[in-house]
Amino acid sequence: MKQKIILIITLCTSSFFIQAQDVNDLIDKVKQKMDLVNNYSVEAKMKTRVAFIKAPIGKVKIYFKKPDQIKLFKEKGISILPKGGVSVNFFSILNNSNLSIIDAGTTTVNGSSTRIVKLLPLSETNEIIISTLYIDEKNLLIRKSSTTTRENGSFEMEMFYGELQNFGLPSKMIFSFNVKDYKMPKGVTLDIDDDLSKEEKKKFQNKKGKIEFIYSNYIINKGIPDNIF
Amino acid sequence: MYTLFKIELYKIFKRPRTYIAFIAITALIGIIQLGLKVDGKEYISFVLGDLSNTLQINGNLCNGYFVCYCILQLLLVHVPLLIALIAADMISGEANMGTLRLLLSKPISRTEVVLAKFFAASVYTILLLVWLAFLALIISIFIFGTDDIFLIKNNYAVQIAANDIMWRYAGAFVFAALAMLTVTALAFFLSVFAENSIGPIIATISIIIFFTIFSTMSIPLFNKIKPFLFTTHMVAWKEFFDVKVDENNISIAGSIYRPDKIIYSAMVLIIHIVTLVSISIYALKKKDILS
Repeated sequence: MKQKIILIITLCTSSFFIQAQDVNDLIDKVKQKMDLVNNYSVEAKMKTRVAFIKAPIGKVKIYFKKPDQIKLFKEKGISILPKGGVSVNFFSILNNSNLSIIDAGTTTVNGSSTRIVKLLPLSETNEIIISTLYIDEKNLLIRKSSTTTRENGSFEMEMFYGELQNFGLPSKMIFSFNVKDYKMPKGVTLDIDDDLSKEEKKKFQNKKGKIEFIYSNYIINKGIPDNIF
Repeated sequence: MYTLFKIELYKIFKRPRTYIAFIAITALIGIIQLGLKVDGKEYISFVLGDLSNTLQINGNLCNGYFVCYCILQLLLVHVPLLIALIAADMISGEANMGTLRLLLSKPISRTEVVLAKFFAASVYTILLLVWLAFLALIISIFIFGTDDIFLIKNNYAVQIAANDIMWRYAGAFVFAALAMLTVTALAFFLSVFAENSIGPIIATISIIIFFTIFSTMSIPLFNKIKPFLFTTHMVAWKEFFDVKVDENNISIAGSIYRPDKIIYSAMVLIIHIVTLVSISIYALKKKDILS
């Protein structure tokens, strides 16, 4: 009986270690793929989909340099972005050595079967509290992520890949975040003529915001001047 | 009638009082521009309020287009007072000086006199608005530069691309001209019934203040009266700065959210102008000139 219990404990423990090993290997492989890119610049069409903001499609240019420098430029016009969210990137999350990695099973994201991996930075000062990655094991691609931060709330990123999937660079990304209630006093807006119907007012109260980036013209590993950042 | 119109214009621009409005507008716009140049960022963060807790809005928010919008919001309520100074004096001023009897004894019809005077007052009104547009838009663009316009409304915010704004201002100023001509017509109408200009000037200002308070307050009882007040329709120029969106909530360039509202308000104002001028003609025709 004693031997059986020891055997069961040994099997369970070893299976846990094998799973942990698997997920660590998976993260390492994703990291290796991402390491192919030292820097890039990319043009993007930005669609702001926040219920209470009527905004046109914007054109932006994004610059990235390892390990965590990222800059978004809108040459002309006003850009609306979730506070703090866009500066979070997978390079900086995965390259954090002080990280606890947990395997949370599998699921399907946009038709691709993925492994759910939870990343918990152990440092108490880290801006990210927890990040959940949905990794396509076959192609070593992050299909989706969900991140909770200390200062800027929670947000989700859904990635869609095209011809640059070998570098782990998406062709489209949908960034979802929560927004607070929007209501401005008339004294501030001087908008005395408020005659919207209840339906119209309700439409503007959706608290989920989305920003969609459609990427084009990636320039990879050609160097980015430091003065950009 | 054209000669009469030219004489009326000459009379308007010969009076020092005419230039008070131009000086006042220059001073007011100058002060607003100075304030926004010095403390524009503070003002923008105040206007954005809670929005900046969730969203990061980058760009030249305090640009010339935005400054012009702020100026129009503040001044289009007050410009009518300056218009009343001239328009309310057109007939009553003549009566006060005793020249009305002399004028009407000339071989010109009373209708022509009224129309010439009204058109002359309208020219003054439009010139005042052109001057306001020049200072508020052109000078603001020169001082603050250009960018997209980001406007905060009660229930939502609107961003309009820089290349989609100028035609909206053209439309807004044309609409504002209609709104100001309504004030001109009102002041002119009141001047027909007075023997001196103080009465119609104060009456016009009082009506505008009174109606504006009704239009501004969101009290259910007043809401029923609002659609019948011309001051409610005078602010419809703002509709040029609201856009339609597609199914993804992306704004459609070159669109207006509620064009029907602009058309309806413009019609109401035109009806006001025509009615007030017609009554003025009728009243002057029937008037027994005793002064």
